[in-house]
Amino acid sequence: MSATIISLPDQSTARIPKVNFLSKENGLLSWLLTGDHKRIAILYLISITFFFFIGGALAGLIRLELLTPQADLMATDTYNKVFTMHGVIMIFLFLVPSVPATLGNFFIPMMIGAKDLALPKINLLSWYLYVVGGTLVVYTMVSGGVDTGWTFTTPLSTHYINTNVMSTGLAVFIAGFSSIFTGLNFIVTIHKMRCPGMTWFRMPLFCWSHYAASILMVLGTPVLAIAIVLLALERTVGIGIFDPTKGGDPLLFQHLFWFYSHPAVYIMILPGMGVVSEVISTFSRKRVFGYTAVAFSSVAIAVFGFFVWAHHMFIMGISNYAVLVFSLLTMLVAVPSAIKIFNWTFTLYKGSITFETPMLYAFGFMGLFTIGGMTGVFLGSSGTDIHLTETYFIVAHFHFVMVGGMLMAFLSGIHFWWPKMTGRMYPEKISQLAAVVTFIGFNLTFFPQFILGTLGMPRRYASYPPEFQVLNVFSTAGATILGVGYLLPVLYLTWSLKYGAIAGNNPWQATGLEWQTQSPPLTENFLVTPIMDHEAYDYDWLEHQKESEVTSAG
Amino acid sequence: MPDSTSIAHDAREAPHREHPSYQRHHFETVEQQADATNFAMWLFLLTEIMFFGGLFTAYLIYRNWYYPAFVAASHQLNIFWGTANTGVLISSSFTMAMGVWCAETRRKGGLVLCLVLTFLLGLVFLGIKTIEYSEKIEKHHVPGLHYSLNSFLNPDSDEAAKAAGDKPLPLDMARHTELYFFLYFAMTGMHAVHMIIGIAILGFMIFRAQAGAYTAGHVTFVENFGLYWHFVDIVWIFLFPLLYLISRHAN
Repeated sequence: MSATIISLPDQSTARIPKVNFLSKENGLLSWLLTGDHKRIAILYLISITFFFFIGGALAGLIRLELLTPQADLMATDTYNKVFTMHGVIMIFLFLVPSVPATLGNFFIPMMIGAKDLALPKINLLSWYLYVVGGTLVVYTMVSGGVDTGWTFTTPLSTHYINTNVMSTGLAVFIAGFSSIFTGLNFIVTIHKMRCPGMTWFRMPLFCWSHYAASILMVLGTPVLAIAIVLLALERTVGIGIFDPTKGGDPLLFQHLFWFYSHPAVYIMILPGMGVVSEVISTFSRKRVFGYTAVAFSSVAIAVFGFFVWAHHMFIMGISNYAVLVFSLLTMLVAVPSAIKIFNWTFTLYKGSITFETPMLYAFGFMGLFTIGGMTGVFLGSSGTDIHLTETYFIVAHFHFVMVGGMLMAFLSGIHFWWPKMTGRMYPEKISQLAAVVTFIGFNLTFFPQFILGTLGMPRRYASYPPEFQVLNVFSTAGATILGVGYLLPVLYLTWSLKYGAIAGNNPWQATGLEWQTQSPPLTENFLVTPIMDHEAYDYDWLEHQKESEVTSAG
Repeated sequence: MPDSTSIAHDAREAPHREHPSYQRHHFETVEQQADATNFAMWLFLLTEIMFFGGLFTAYLIYRNWYYPAFVAASHQLNIFWGTANTGVLISSSFTMAMGVWCAETRRKGGLVLCLVLTFLLGLVFLGIKTIEYSEKIEKHHVPGLHYSLNSFLNPDSDEAAKAAGDKPLPLDMARHTELYFFLYFAMTGMHAVHMIIGIAILGFMIFRAQAGAYTAGHVTFVENFGLYWHFVDIVWIFLFPLLYLISRHAN
């Protein structure tokens, strides 16, 4: 299990191949009507970055408001709208599609040696649905916003609020179908499009984690869709299904909503875990320790993920027995998550580790996700949950998992595959700096919120008692640093599109099939259909491969 | 044996041969393409099951809570039209299945005929549904729009309730009939939306079938549409007893 020493290739002779998926066709229409998974991934990347910065700006407004104990920057109902829009945009328009629709779209076909996803037109349709959903969210924002919180909790959303619940609901409904189509496409592709020799247990773990996330997308998202349809009917026609005065039960909405929205958390985190598996293995030049365990832990997370939804409702009046069962099941999720963390740690053991930017972000993921996951156990046990729920503890918890976990993994993956996607390297030093700045900014922002939560500061209020101000000032200061940490990659990655060093086929000496072809790849990905004759993460195979290497394909 | 080796040989040679025009560039073989699209269709139907599942869950809960209201309200449905519609839909599934068979055995005339029959039966189903819906509108049984409790508070004044021998419900239970009718309209409405989409696709398919599109060996589209049509049929097979036959069993 020791690492194979690999010398990185000399890139000074590398050239950008003349024919690649970016240069093959030109013009706006060639992008808007494309069936190429790589181009669709780029379209997704641009659109989710756009929404990430809208959501980020809203987060900035929230933190600025919370700098002082009084509600002074904005009116309290504006504050409600700001945090709702922040949640809706970040969850439905950024986190859910982030890694799957960009990196997954781009690399799953390449990793399994296919020419494209199984259903290219559906893939393009999914991007258009995303754009329609996103446009509706922007419309919601400019026409007055919505202030239900991203959870649309009934009866608040159905009976007591006059803001744009309908357009937001429609946006989420449509964006949901975009996610269903992405998941469906991945499952079909992984089942039916693997190249000769690519057995299930030779696939990179990135594919396994996307497979697990896709199961959640396909089975969970339709339930969200019907919950939103019912919500819309309740709000417009007054059908009574969530209305206690007519015999309906508002909790039914929460059951339906969380049946999707809890698995959605795993839709968001699992693809990130796939990225981390690839990155950790590549930069310690070692096969992922316990490949099978890591693969199955993804599936286990997906399965357990469907049976824990009611832990969002411990204080909402569900029965004590339900609390007991869901509490136990919730803690079970910690097991496969821990399997992953431990196996990554063992992968590092005796690896020949280097600290390129993707690795720094992956380390960030491991640390922050562990804290986020462990505090999840606090919240899963009902005794502490009753004290901590609806406080800043919960805000800190899910930001550790989603931002500290998923966003770190996303940035890790973007840096890792940037050479493959664009054919050019990002600047290493400044991006290492950005990774460190992000890590520091993140901890400064969200760690104080754990303390605030245990002290009892409730979430979703524009004002708070003055004794909490010091920690809030820390948090806001941290958010500023975090903002710089996110702006930096946008600047230098854009810069690198023109001025970055030429990457060559396999700058990291990684083993995935996607690295064994030119960068940027051809539209068909490979000149000839590859044949997988070795295990995943086989660095010895790669060493032998180099002896008879052909450096340029296109 | 010589037969099987020649097939294996064929499969290996396939990438070098001319592809049929319907094979998309990213598939290695036609079989892989058919396999993948079929599998995708099954997955899509799975998402449909989850989508309807939300409604079935709501039905399950409220029927358990408000059983008397659900029974009384179900007596307002027209069981004759309901049964007729079940028959119509099952027949349409039969004609659809025959259509798939015709496509596979390359009978163009048969395929067009089957698709037209399925199309017509689908329209008949929607027509009958319209009759049923208009009965509900006349009796003010549409939730949210001037909903009337009269049939449940004074069953003697209502023909259907009287025929079923309903007793007057207490006011708070009678009010829960509105939930039943909401579920009725939501479930059958969602079903009807799927029928309308199916009929629209059928119309398109009839034209394509006349041009001979599905009888030249490439039948995936017909097969997958058949799956969809049968799925919509099966949803109705569940809806019919759940909505119409709640109390119509031997005691």
